[in-house]
Amino acid sequence: MRKLLRKIFLVDLMQGLRVTFRNQSPKCIVTEQYPQERPKVAERYRGAPRLNTNPDNGETLCISCNLCAVACPEHLIVVTSVRNEQTKRKDLTTFTYDLSRCMFCGLCEDACPVDALELTQDFELASYTREGAIWDRQMLEDGPKPARYKF
Amino acid sequence: MADSTFLDSTELVLNMGPQHPSTHGVLRVILKLDGERVRGTECVIGYLHRGVEKIAENRTYQMFAPYVDRMDYVASVSNGLGYCLAIEKLLNVEAPPRAQVARVILTELNRIASHLIWLGTHALDIGAITPLFYVFREREEILNIYENYCGARLTTHAFRIGGLQYELYDGFEEQVKAFCDMFLPKVDEYEELLTGNRIWIERLKGVGILNGEECKQYGVTGPMLRAAGVKWDLRKAQPYSGYEQYDFEIPTCENGDTFDRYIVRMQEMRQSVRIIRQAVEKIPAGPIMGKVPKVIKPPVGEAYVSIEAPKGELGYFVASDGTTQPYRVRVRPPSFINLQSLDRMCRGALIADVVAIIGTIDIVLGEVDR
Repeated sequence: MRKLLRKIFLVDLMQGLRVTFRNQSPKCIVTEQYPQERPKVAERYRGAPRLNTNPDNGETLCISCNLCAVACPEHLIVVTSVRNEQTKRKDLTTFTYDLSRCMFCGLCEDACPVDALELTQDFELASYTREGAIWDRQMLEDGPKPARYKF
Repeated sequence: MADSTFLDSTELVLNMGPQHPSTHGVLRVILKLDGERVRGTECVIGYLHRGVEKIAENRTYQMFAPYVDRMDYVASVSNGLGYCLAIEKLLNVEAPPRAQVARVILTELNRIASHLIWLGTHALDIGAITPLFYVFREREEILNIYENYCGARLTTHAFRIGGLQYELYDGFEEQVKAFCDMFLPKVDEYEELLTGNRIWIERLKGVGILNGEECKQYGVTGPMLRAAGVKWDLRKAQPYSGYEQYDFEIPTCENGDTFDRYIVRMQEMRQSVRIIRQAVEKIPAGPIMGKVPKVIKPPVGEAYVSIEAPKGELGYFVASDGTTQPYRVRVRPPSFINLQSLDRMCRGALIADVVAIIGTIDIVLGEVDR
């Protein structure tokens, strides 16, 4: 009898509806209005790569050791350098990073012995062309400049 | 055609997928139909084949670790654990205790995240849209923990061979505990929505029955096996990463139908929270990375390690020829093997049940095709 009554009065469905309505309260809103409010990504976020420079004199920290290029599973980093006869060190000439093939695994960052290559918190990496995803040394040092729209 | 009458039953072949939302990816199922009844099915897989096992053969051991995340992408941490354990067995090293406890926490969180995705999509297939939004809301909390810990949310690459790359961040314990406290009432909420719901029961009870004996014949593992009443869980049967220290139960059911698999997975989420709570209380101090050389060159040999992934037994077989690159990596993916039971479960079922049965297997096509 009780079972029949529960069936007629749709008790089980009402129970579910109660949950639905409980979650209607404005406290439960979790949607982010993306372009207006930008998500704050974690400190360790692995986003756009950056080639760090010395803040005092603007010289690159990269010592052209090629370890990042060796560590990369996709072989997408190309480092070229010339030998400086005075300091007996290698000077960085070009540094190319193909973001279109990057899977942001962080192995290059781990391999870098001088913290020159770093994955940053920038995550807006879209470009209009495929070539735009291949970053040269200038782009890696400056970082991406995504458009900020006004609302 | 001449002999057939209007009421004759002729077999109708219907393609389901690869572009079908209820196949959870790019699975193509060829259904042989007799009216509403399914007489047989044939799976066509391989649409997502990337040759991951072949890629392993020309990458070094460390380089291949990010690729395993991309097989079962909703349970990437479990994949990483299986791969790292296999290489560690080859090298004969063990991760330090602090790393092991952190691994348990992260993989159990991953189990919850994987089951949440399963619950949301499975309920969506049946026609209940609401749980999908709720499960993604809770999964977000888990992904936030991953993002804070290792910097990525889905394809995490959280574990390295020999331990962990990143030290646990400040506030890790608090965030995990806060998640546990928040999550258990939410599981009750899902159950309130679904378990008693008459549409849910009518659609799932007695659908896709696979008993324990058949499960063993097909090699089906994971929640599907436990729903059929077989108490088999690799975390208990051959503990790895220190699972023997934790007190938890293996949830089982008797009938082995779709509804029982739902119950088992819901209980597993609760048990995972139980494990996480115990683990968070006793994270030991110490190093997070074991003594592993920079260039990994395991001795000639083979190793097979299987772990209890959210979907079943996930095994990694690695053969080394003494160089820096593996000679062969073979993956035993739970989704692929569980999918083989689809034909057995679908025979005699209605067309509408096929959607429920595919959902209950909990496949990820990235892992089926590799």
